[in-house]
Amino acid sequence: MPVKASDDNPERARRFRDAALPYLDDVYTLARHLLRDPADAEDAVQECYLRAFRHFDGYRGPAMKPWLFAILRNVCRAEYARRASAPTTTIDDVPESAGQTPLWHDAEETPEAQMLRGRDQDAIRRLVASLAEPFRETFVLREIQNLSYREIADVTDVPIGTVMSRLARARAMLRSAWMAQQEPPE
Amino acid sequence: MTCDEAEVLLHALLDRELDAGHAREVEDHVAGCPRCAALLRDYREIGRSVAGADLRYAAPPALRMRIEAALPKAQMPDRRAVLRGFAMGSAASALAATGLVAIVLRKDDETRIRSEIVSAHLRSLQAGHLTDVVSSDQHTVKPWFNGRVDVAPPVIDLAAQGFALVGGRLDYVDARTIGALVYRRRAHIINLFVAQAAGAERRSARIETTQGFNIRNWSDRGLNYWAVSDVAQDELTEFGERFEAAMRSGTAG
Repeated sequence: MPVKASDDNPERARRFRDAALPYLDDVYTLARHLLRDPADAEDAVQECYLRAFRHFDGYRGPAMKPWLFAILRNVCRAEYARRASAPTTTIDDVPESAGQTPLWHDAEETPEAQMLRGRDQDAIRRLVASLAEPFRETFVLREIQNLSYREIADVTDVPIGTVMSRLARARAMLRSAWMAQQEPPE
Repeated sequence: MTCDEAEVLLHALLDRELDAGHAREVEDHVAGCPRCAALLRDYREIGRSVAGADLRYAAPPALRMRIEAALPKAQMPDRRAVLRGFAMGSAASALAATGLVAIVLRKDDETRIRSEIVSAHLRSLQAGHLTDVVSSDQHTVKPWFNGRVDVAPPVIDLAAQGFALVGGRLDYVDARTIGALVYRRRAHIINLFVAQAAGAERRSARIETTQGFNIRNWSDRGLNYWAVSDVAQDELTEFGERFEAAMRSGTAG
């Protein structure tokens, strides 16, 4: 991969800086959640910005942030491939029936809901990090990056229906993990 | 609406992605279904917890600089290739040592050094990083630098002018260890970085803003100075002028 951006037009570089660099923290945040490693995230973000600059002439919108995210996602695929053989700590998808079994019927505020509010930040980070990849990606794009379903569909290159089902599964998995933490096996 | 449908759509309800008609349908279902109502409450709680957990990360300054460095540099309208009189880099200091005192630094290098100054300033503001020697006494701070850095910075007590000396610190800018003096202006920290210059000529001060911080840079008697802070430009100017005036009147420690 070339290390230097090749085009030497300073005006183009200035326009790119003004348009893309304000999203550096957003892109880095996404990379941290996708790759779960600070050094890998830095490398991916740098490569993302160099690729974005090379393709900046072809950029027609609609919005810079999702465009950068889509490029970052492609960069991260190479990293996933490299890790494919490495063991992961990802929790598996929960069985289809899990979300359909009534766990309580109380319409008042549940003890579980009170417990959720008391969760500390580290526990939430760990739970998000433990989500399987496509669910984590969709969840982060929605909850942390505030993208619309349409934008998430464009970034992840899937239909909106898939975005919706992934988001539903991600939240269901988080909820199950919360339940499991609340009642650890004896 | 069935529970299966509602279970997917209540997320869209939470995310405000439903049109009014479908939102109404989901709300109607939830109103009559304790299980889906409980789910909706849980997901609201999870959403609030996630929002409150601050799952965002700030890009490291070094990453920003690497990306900037890889992009073609914007040309300044002013293309004067000037003998700047910096001697910051190792090659520059080697040249300075052999008596070739004038080093050409392009604007890129100045920009990069300003970025490093701001990064060093930000590092210093983290807990426990501000000072290596803590003293408001210039006669304590000055000798502390001796032997620790090529050139011990002149230390000036500006407490009477409203800039209290807090202490000193070794820092690392442009691949060299240099001295930093720490002053306090009300709740604001001013870092004054001092490095050996290649030439002895005086260069009057310039103020620039980098990443939201004001930097006042000047050169005098063989030293380069960078004062950096989030105080307003006129206050940083006042600090620099007080410091320079005290240097001229020979009150340095």
